[in-house]
This record gives sequence, structure tokens and C-alpha cells, in this order.
Amino acid sequence: MTGTHRLEANGLTLGYRDRIVVEGLDLAVPPGRITAVVGANACGKSTLLRSMSRLLAPQSGQVLLDGRQIHSMPAKELARTLGLLPQSPLAPEGITVADLVGRGRHPHQRLLSRWRQEDDAAVAAALEATGTTELADRAIDELSGGQRQRVWIAMVLAQQTDLLLDEPTTFLDVNHQVEVLDLLTDLNRGRGTTIVMVLHDLNLAARYADHLVAMAAGRVHAAGAPGEVLTAGVVRTVFGLESRIVADPVSGRPLVLPIGRHHTEGADRAGEHGAAAGMRERDALQGGYARQPEERSSPGEPEA
Amino acid sequence: MNAVPAAPQGPASHGPVSHDPSASHGPAPHGPSASQGPAPGSAPGSSPVAARERGILAAPPELTGAVTHSRLRRGRRRRLVVLVLAALIAGVFLLTLMVGQTFYPLDQVVRVVLGEDVPGASFTVGRLRLPRAMLAVLAGACFGLGGVVFQTMLRNPLASPDIIGISSGASAAAAFAIIMLSMGGVQVSIVAIAGGLGVALAVYLLSFRGGLAGTRLILVGIGVAAMLDSVTAYVLSKAPQWELQEAMRWLTGSLNGAGYGTVMPVLVALAVLGPVLLSQSRALSLLRLGDDTAAALGVRTERTRILLIVAAVGLIAFATAATGPIAFVAFLSGPIAARIAGPAGSLLIPSALVGALLVLVADFAGQFLFGLRYPVGVVTGALGAPYLLYLIIRTNRTGGSL
Repeated sequence: MTGTHRLEANGLTLGYRDRIVVEGLDLAVPPGRITAVVGANACGKSTLLRSMSRLLAPQSGQVLLDGRQIHSMPAKELARTLGLLPQSPLAPEGITVADLVGRGRHPHQRLLSRWRQEDDAAVAAALEATGTTELADRAIDELSGGQRQRVWIAMVLAQQTDLLLDEPTTFLDVNHQVEVLDLLTDLNRGRGTTIVMVLHDLNLAARYADHLVAMAAGRVHAAGAPGEVLTAGVVRTVFGLESRIVADPVSGRPLVLPIGRHHTEGADRAGEHGAAAGMRERDALQGGYARQPEERSSPGEPEA
Repeated sequence: MNAVPAAPQGPASHGPVSHDPSASHGPAPHGPSASQGPAPGSAPGSSPVAARERGILAAPPELTGAVTHSRLRRGRRRRLVVLVLAALIAGVFLLTLMVGQTFYPLDQVVRVVLGEDVPGASFTVGRLRLPRAMLAVLAGACFGLGGVVFQTMLRNPLASPDIIGISSGASAAAAFAIIMLSMGGVQVSIVAIAGGLGVALAVYLLSFRGGLAGTRLILVGIGVAAMLDSVTAYVLSKAPQWELQEAMRWLTGSLNGAGYGTVMPVLVALAVLGPVLLSQSRALSLLRLGDDTAAALGVRTERTRILLIVAAVGLIAFATAATGPIAFVAFLSGPIAARIAGPAGSLLIPSALVGALLVLVADFAGQFLFGLRYPVGVVTGALGAPYLLYLIIRTNRTGGSL
């Protein structure tokens, strides 16, 4: 949990029955850093995270934690080193915040053992770190989305592990998204907790990650510092989207400005694109948009 | 009591918990990975929010004390409920021994229970009422436990074994064994258990599709239950007149004719399988957070689930083999226990106690309150059916769980 554990995937092939989702993927998670995994829908981000936390056995390849295959480690031992917050965990009806956060202590408890002082201390620390101490006796059902997400993070914090988070900011307002990411940064800087998270928002990923992994079609397309990884070319390959990258005036990190079909950049690169005839006409008027025909592989692109 | 030692231990106790306390304060975050990515420029010590970050490492002792306090308070209600339920069961148990065609005073009843020979009372209380009351408590506890395990595991109160066909399977198998194969005693129990497990497996396989979805399992189970109930009805229609009384048990559940021979298998089942379930109670409560969350917390979900299913089906089948499918006890116990014991802690013991109390009271009421003597299943059925309707309406509105 303190930046000393090494998590890596070697030649990982993952899938559900015959459907291969991730193929031959290699990934080394930098210890003590924040790693963000980005990529289009269904590119295998969540599947990768599930496998790295042992929820899904690889069809081939391996996930190593400090050189040991996690799929042959005892479940509780792994859970003392690596915690996962899935995309949509379920909260039992009526459960209180402190009770839920306490569930995170399970890997540290033996069969039938009694609750110990250090369990309470870990719960208290997790509540405090996530700013949920005041909510401790409230029922989860009564909380707002942002509060609830903080409580879930408190639960994995009580586990006292490195963290894997699957889209921790989904369904949150932008202020709550930033709040959650700030919290994770606090943890990383303060505790040295290694964090791996799947994020949808490219700009927030670039802002908060030390290490950015861009996935496309079940492989790592590019990985490294956000400034190196996030280029117009990578965004084009990974998302099938034209974009312009500028420097974020706040952080200096890359900021992705997507270019849709209706907004264009430079009239000199007009092409014969567009789905409907009307579109084509307008495109012609406006000079089209900057996209090369052979790159029209975006899944979202309408067909004529 | 825990708050006092918390003061000195609070911050210090974090050291031994974490894997390497020294590293968390040192330069570790930067050391091994300095070559990767841009340095974020904020080592733990130099960060402007260092003070708040310290709070991440260890909570102040008074907060630990507050957490301890609130945890103990949450546990207190559950403990109180368990005590009150146990006292009620003991009270009704003694009452059912005393009251009947003939009334026996408490001291005589207690002497019989303690094994003394009391003229008159020894036969009526010791041979007739005592095994009946014991069977009521044991079977009720089995149904309560088995029910709440399924309801919790599948995160749906409708997923109780008497709704999804497991009780029907055990019951149909037992009726078939008695009437068609002329079996008796332990043989019937074995056939009933095989029937229950077989149905559980069939329902599980029929509804499994790359994961277990509660709703699909419930719908499949209701279909299977309907089929099996018609099997039971068909078998009963073939029964000779003199076996009908006995056979009727397999439709509604009854404690009539309970003897120590029927009590023993249930007692053994509860003594063996009950602790198995209790040992899994923490894992069971984690399964409620979803399979992925539970697995990430170190629960081996598939193995836990199989263990829970086999133990719960075993309990249901043993109880069903002894009493028939007492309607709705498995279905009612868990939700009632959840209402009165609150959401904190495991519901296994409260549900077992609620189940025991339900059967005990329902049998007592069925025998003496309505003039006619009704089998216990008729009374629990009358209680359970309105609750089932209420639950379906409520689930329809909120998609709620236990």
C-alpha cells in the first residue's frame, strides 16, 4: 500500500467464453503513482481491471503482484494488498456508512475473530480521509451521489491497500468528480498509495494521472506521461475522434478539444465526408472537417 | 470499554497494520518510479496540504473511539432482539407443554423435561407435547436459516427456498417415496434431501447465464415450484384412503405425529449445518455488496456460494422431510428479522429464532385458537400470503432488497 508493490500484466489475454476482449496485453503499473486507463467503450478497460484484481482469470498470460501470480494467491492475502472498487457496487438497504466502511476490514479479519481496535482505527482513518466522519451514522440510501462515492472509497481505504478503481467518477457532477479525484490525489501524495483508475474524461485523466494508459481494441496503444501520450494521433486511433491538443491553462497538462462533424478547424482540408446529402452540402459550404477518409473507423460514425 | 485503550493505541496501531510503515513516510512514492512519468512535484513532506494528509495515515484517537462507540451501539440492538426472541421462544415452548386437553402446572412440566417420571404428565408432556414443541423450534430454525441465506445471497426476499421450488422439490420427493415406494423414516429424509438439492441444482443451472441474476432465478424457481406441486398433488391422488392424513402433510406441512424419531435427524442437521452457515456469515454479508466487491474483499464467491447453497438446502430438506413444507416460514423469517434487528450485523441467528417462534406460535394457534385443529402450515400460510402480496407490490415500486 505504500508504493512498494509492483503490479504488472504480461501477455494478458482476457475474454468471456469465445469473445476475446483483451489480447496479449503488457502493462506495468508504476508503484506509488496514479495511473489512469482511458479508451473507447468496450475496449477492455474494465475487463483489464477485473483481471488485475483477480475477478477474471486470464485465458493466457499472467498478472503479477511483486512477481507472484495473483490468480494463485490466497484470496484474502491478495485483498490485503490490492483493493478494487467496481463500477457499480451494491449497498444493502438501510446499511449505515460506518457499517459499510467496516466491511473493508474483512481481509484483515480471521474466521470468527472479534473486531479489533485496529479495525476501528482503520475505519476512523478512512472516514476522516474521505471527509465522511459526519456521515458515519447515516444510512447510505440517504446520501447524495458524491457522498456515496466517497463512502465507497472509504470502504476500500479501510482495506489499507493499493487501489484499483473502475470509473470512480461516473454518474457524478463535475464538482464531485473533481472532489473524488482530489481525494485520490491526497491519498497518493500523502500515503504513497498506488492508484489505477479507469476514467472516461480524457482531460481529467490527463490532469490527475502521473501515468496514462491509452487502450484500443484490447491492447495498450500508448502509455507514459500524459504530455507524451495524449496527442491528436493517439486520440484519433483510440477514440476515432479528431481533436486538437492544447496546454491546460490551469495545470499545463494536455487538454483535448474534440472536433465534431459540425465544428471545423481550417477550411483548407475539406474532404468528401458526411453521411446524409444535406450534411455533405453543409460540409462543402463550411469546408468539411479535418479527417482523412481511411481513418473513418469510429464506431459512432453514422452510415449513409 | 474500548474507547479508553483507544487513546494511546489509535495512531500507533496503524504502524503494525500497514505492510511497511517506514516506507509510507519515506521517499518511497518517488524512489522506485522516478524514471516513469513526470514527477508530480509534491513529495509527502513538501505538499501544501500535508496537515490533512497526515489524517489519512492515522485517525485521531477520539475518532477511533467514536467509531468503536457507534459500532457497539449498532450491535446492541441486535443483541437485545436475539435475547428477547430467545426468551419468547422459551416462554411459548413451556406454554405449549403446559396447555392442551389437560393442563399441567409449570413445576410438573419442568420435572418431565428434566427427565423425572411424573405420572400422567410423563406420557402427555414427555411423549406427545415435548417432541412436537422441539420439532417446531428446530424445523422453524432450519427454515428461517435456509430462507435468509437464500434471500441474502440472491439479494431478493422473493428468492426464498419455499418460493423458488426447493421446498416443493423436497416435498414432492418425500411424498413420492412414501406413497409410491412405501418408504419410511430415514429413507424418506434422504429422498427429500436429494429432491431438494436436485431442484436447487436444476434451478441454478436453468437460470445461470454467465453469472447469477436473482430475478431470472426466481422466475425459473417459481415455474419449477408449480410443476413440483402438481407432482405432489398427482402422487397424493394415488394415495390409498388411510394414508391421506399422512400424505396431506406434504402439501401444507404439519407437526402431527411428531416423535423423537422425527426430531433427531433435524436436530443433527441443525447442529452440523448451522455452524457451517454461521462460519460463512461474514462472507454472506459481503456478497450483498455485489460479487465483484465481495471478491475484491477476499471472498471466494463461487466456493462460498456453493457451500451456502448446500448447507441451506440441507437444512430445508431435513426440516421438510420431518414436517412437510410449512408454508412461508423460510420466506417470512428473514424479512421479519431484518425489520426488528436492523441492518447491522448478520441476520442468520435472528432469522433462525424468528422461524422457530413462528412455527411454535402458529402450531399452538392452529391447535387451540380456532376450535378446529389446523395443521401449522395452514396458519403460517394465512400469515405469509398477504406478506407475499405486500412484498411483490413494494418490490414492484422500489426494486428493494431484504
